[in-house]
Formats: sequence, C-alpha cells, structure tokens
Amino acid sequence: MITRRKLIVLLPAAALAWQYVLAGTPETAPNYNTSEHWWGMLLDIDKCIGCGNCVRACSTENNVPEGYFRTWVERYHVADWEQEVPQVDSPSGGIKGFPPSKFTGGKNFFVPKMCNHCVDSPCTQVCPVGATLHTPDGVVLVDESYCLGCRYCIQACPYGCRFLHPTKHTAEKCSLCYHRITKGLTTACCENCPTGARQLADLKNPNDPIHEFLRTHSVQVLKPHLATGAKAFYHDLDGSVR
Amino acid sequence: MRIRNGVHLTKFKDAEHLVRLAGAFVIVLVLFLLLRAHFIPKSFGQYGHYRGDALAELSSKPIVYAGHKTCEECHSDVLDVKKAGKHAGVNCEACHGPLAKHAEDPGAVTPQLPDTAVLCIRCHEENIAKPKGFPQVVGAQHSGGVLCKTCHQPHSPLLTPGEKKS
Repeated sequence: MITRRKLIVLLPAAALAWQYVLAGTPETAPNYNTSEHWWGMLLDIDKCIGCGNCVRACSTENNVPEGYFRTWVERYHVADWEQEVPQVDSPSGGIKGFPPSKFTGGKNFFVPKMCNHCVDSPCTQVCPVGATLHTPDGVVLVDESYCLGCRYCIQACPYGCRFLHPTKHTAEKCSLCYHRITKGLTTACCENCPTGARQLADLKNPNDPIHEFLRTHSVQVLKPHLATGAKAFYHDLDGSVR
Repeated sequence: MRIRNGVHLTKFKDAEHLVRLAGAFVIVLVLFLLLRAHFIPKSFGQYGHYRGDALAELSSKPIVYAGHKTCEECHSDVLDVKKAGKHAGVNCEACHGPLAKHAEDPGAVTPQLPDTAVLCIRCHEENIAKPKGFPQVVGAQHSGGVLCKTCHQPHSPLLTPGEKKS
C-alpha cells in the first residue's frame, strides 16, 4: 500500500529517472571524431582571380537563396593617396564574375569573404536560445529548428556574414560545408576554386600544409582588434581591407 | 498539546498547513521536472549550450559536388592529360559543374559539355584586379570570335601541350 508519505518521496525520484531515460545516448557521425579536428580556412589574395566560382559553388551546394550570400568576393581599388579609403565593389557578390573596373592605376585586388568561424564568436554569444553553436571541431553553425529569427546574431557579426533566410526566417551563414568536411571532402568553394586561393585547413592535423604556410608567410585575419579569434587566414591582405 | 507558560512546544497546532504547503511545493517541482524533461531535447548540453543532435543533422545533408577524387576513380585518362598541363590544379567540377548525382549513378545524369565561349573568359578575361602573373586576354581581340577550344584543349590549354610556361 502506497501511503501519502511514500508517494511524495517516490514522485520526484520517478521524474528524475524518467528524465534520465529520455536523455538516452545521442547520435554520433560514423568515422568522424569532432575532437580530432579544428577547422579554418586559408584565403590567398595573391591567387584570387575574382571568377566567382566559389560563390556559385556555395550557392549550389547549400541551396542559398538568390541575392543572398554565404560567401562573396569583393574587388578593391586603393589609390596611392587614399590608402585608408578603398573603393569596393561586389556586383551580385561576384557570382557572375566581375565586369571591367572603372578604375585605372592604384592597387587592385579581389578579397573573398566568408564566415571566419571565430573561436570567440560574437554571434554565438548573443544567441538567446542556443541556436547558433560552436562545434567541438571549431565550426560555427546554426540549428534551424531552434532559431527564432530574432536577428541578434546578424547584428553581432562584425564581418556581415549572416543573413535571415527570406522564406525560412531563420539565420543563415556559411557552415564551412559541415556536411562535406565530416565526410572527408573539402568545402564546395575550395573544391571549385581554380587557382587554390581558398584552402580548407585542419589546424589539428599536423600533416596539413596550413602549418608550413602559417610559419613561412605573412598572414592576417580580418579585424584582429576585435579579438574574435577568426580562423579565416588571409595571405597578403592589404591594410585597407575591412 | 501546547504549553502556554512552559519552555517546551511539543506540538505545533497548525502543522497540517505546513504539510499541505510542502505537498503543493513537491507537486509543482515534479511538474516542472516533467515539463523540463519533455521540452528540452535529449542532446541539449552535450557539447555546449545547444542541441548536440544538430551536428549529426547538419552533417547528414546530401552533397552536391562529388569532389575530384571521386571523378578520378573513373576518369583517370582525363586526369593524366590534365596533370601534364596548366590546368592541373583546376578540379573537374570547377568547369563541369556539380556532379555528385552522376557519380552516384553515372547513367542517371549525363554531364553537359561546358560552353567554352562562356567558361574560359570567366577566369581569363582581362581584369585590372587579377594577379599580374595570371594569364589574361581581352576575349574579343584575342580570338576575334573564334571559340577557345578551336586552338586550346581545355584539359591542357597550352598550344604546345606539356610545355611549362613560367
């Protein structure tokens, strides 16, 4: 016979037990161990020809809505008397390449932009519901099913890498092709870059050529003063790039 | 029994109230735990303040670009030509487009031959912002409307194949 006293003791215990049963064991991706990787990207300004292959590939691979970009290419023109005031254009994110420049002379170069997959990402910190996440292998992702569409992350990203999906109304961003890199492939943009201006880098893999590159070349991240821990490493980045 | 002038209080007269309050508190607590267990996903907090299962869901999305290693499994003949030429570093799908479906079932999707009139100038049309060492032409002047592939073999584009131009 269960007395009232016994019931009072038993109910919370049962609730706790039920919660434990519900927790179960979460799914894990086969043959991929998140603790063995630490992803970043190398972007070589010296090699970028502004063909827009990366933008097209990203759009196709990730079904990015038209007019929105997870990665895009900017064209810089820096006149020698205006080192701090670059002229930047990026027609349709460079998805169709670039028309001839209206400028002559000065410094001219392309800068591919994307999510920097920051270690201390401002976008992750401001998400009120845990929809923006930082994976154990160093990738910043969005959990669509949790995103409220509040846009805090879009405001927080100092690199302008996020947008609100026009139909899903959830935050969207570069996923570093998480569905590809966890299968041993490179990202769609790297796969399709004809000059090797973009290279996926696994900083935890001692055999990755990134280590040799970082040791021997001058490399910068964007907006280093913000201390976001950006992992998109730019080679030969001009000081005028914002 | 309550002793008015003594030191001992053997029994609190309205103890029943406290028991009821405690009971209500326990019920609310149990309800809270049950609701919490119901609404918070199993994997929340597995790696951090987010749903751990999201990782598996995001990584299970289908791929669209097969990757050059997959292409090379069947098309090693093209790879041999390409390796000797200037386009050695250009992966197959950079020109031929996304072909993961073709790689899965070669019969289902037949790749379209890229149009060299559009394809080549994407990279090789002259632009002031391109790196100086990169081979560029002004399309209209260079060929006068003749298709690129009339002279250049796309897999090994130099006119004398195998030659390495500095």
